Order: sequence, then C-alpha cells, then structure tokens
Amino acid sequence: MEKPSTHLKVSRSDSVSVVEFADRKILDELDIYEIGEELNHIIDSEPGIKLLLDFRNVDHMTSSALGMLITVRNKVQEHSGKLRLANINRQIFEVFKITRLNKVFEIFDNTEEALVGF
Amino acid sequence: MKLPPGFPQLSEPELIELTLTSDYDAVRSCEEAILDGIERHGYDDDFRFAIKLALEEALTNAIRHGHANDTQKSIQVRYRVDAQRVIIMVRDQGRGFDPESVPDPTLDENLERPCGRGVMLMRCYMTSIHYNDKGNEVWMLKDRADSGMP
Repeated sequence: MEKPSTHLKVSRSDSVSVVEFADRKILDELDIYEIGEELNHIIDSEPGIKLLLDFRNVDHMTSSALGMLITVRNKVQEHSGKLRLANINRQIFEVFKITRLNKVFEIFDNTEEALVGF
Repeated sequence: MKLPPGFPQLSEPELIELTLTSDYDAVRSCEEAILDGIERHGYDDDFRFAIKLALEEALTNAIRHGHANDTQKSIQVRYRVDAQRVIIMVRDQGRGFDPESVPDPTLDENLERPCGRGVMLMRCYMTSIHYNDKGNEVWMLKDRADSGMP
C-alpha cells in the first residue's frame, strides 16, 4: 500500500494536478528530500503532467528548497510536462527575484490565474 | 575576542555562546532563541525573515557541507541581539571552503543549477558577512537601520 503523503496535499482541477505544501516552512533537509521524492512520484505517475505548486501555506524558504524546486522543474520538463507556481507571498517572492528564479519559473499571483490556459 | 572588520568590537561576555550537536533538531533551539530576541526588541517581520533565512543557510551549510551530516560533530554559535543590531557567528569543525569560489548563481548559465545560492542569500539579506580565512566560520551582522528586504 502506498505511503500517504505527509508533506503535500494533492488535488485535481480538470487536467491539472494542484499540489499544496502542508508545511509552513520548508527547512529541514530530510523534509526537503521527502517533498522532492513525493513530487517525483507524482511527476512519474503522469507523463506530460501539468503541475501547479500552491505556496499558500509556505511562509519561509531556503536555498535547499529552491534547489529542490529546480530539480522538480527539470524533471517535469524531461517528462514533457508543465510546471507553474502560485500564491507565493511577498517575502518569498523576493527570494525568487534576488536569485533570478522568477525568470526560470512561471509564477502566478493565485491558483485561479495559474489555471487559465494551463 | 576580535570581531571582523566593520563589526562593532564587543567584549566576549556581550555575546551568548552555544555549542550545538550538528543536526537539524538541535539547531532549532538556537534559531528559536535568536528569533525570540528579535521579537523582544521589536524588529519588524521583514527583519525577522532576513535573520531566519541567513541563520538557516549558515547552519545548513555547517551541518551539510562542513560536517557531511556527521552528528558526532558540533557547531559553535555566538550571537547578540540588541536594539541596534543582530550579530551571529556560526563555526563548524569542517575543512572550510572558499566562499569566493562559489559560482554566481544569478548568471544565466547557472540559473538552472540546483545548488550554490546559500552564501549569496546570506550576503543579500545581511548588512555584512565575513568568513575567516579557513572558511569554516562566518560572522553575520544586520543593523536595525538595514531593516526591510534587500
């Protein structure tokens, strides 16, 4: 039997898999590893996946978590899928801007906007 | 004890010293103590975010890179939170590294690399950071006047 996810809440909106982070902060290396593994599993289970990561519950970020997100993005691309991010708060969006990762990821203000034309 | 250039010269008793087991659970108590001090002195939420980010990067670097996740090692932290500024030192028992050798993660050719952003974020969010020559000890300073985002 598949181990239930402890870090992610997964839902479906038409053809898009919407994944919400259950942890308010993504710090611990083990948590980041497990989140990465759970996302890998989701990506592997659906070739050409349309994956929307919803950051509404996330209020902190680290460089390790950014690295995990880049690895997820690269894997989605390998699987001919699409990745979008939404609901990133102002402070975390600053981290994306400082690192210029706002140029790498498609980032939307909210999930409604992210779902349009996905 | 002499603090790095550009840092206020404090006497040793003015810094709180902690020795921590090199694992994520152990360093959390240190993080909480420093963040409590920040709240007590009325720093704003952006200042708190900046300190938390830089501190976690420094502690993660010590655990993961300095000690290769060896929980037998220990991390030394010295810090001071007062009304004017926050000063934090993190030292690991590793071989150290040259922070100047980390490629600029914001260059186009490095944007898709999953690592190499920690030191850059510490520099952005702190007023000043200073590594010792060996590269296993980092001093971080954030002035109250430097509150807010980078």
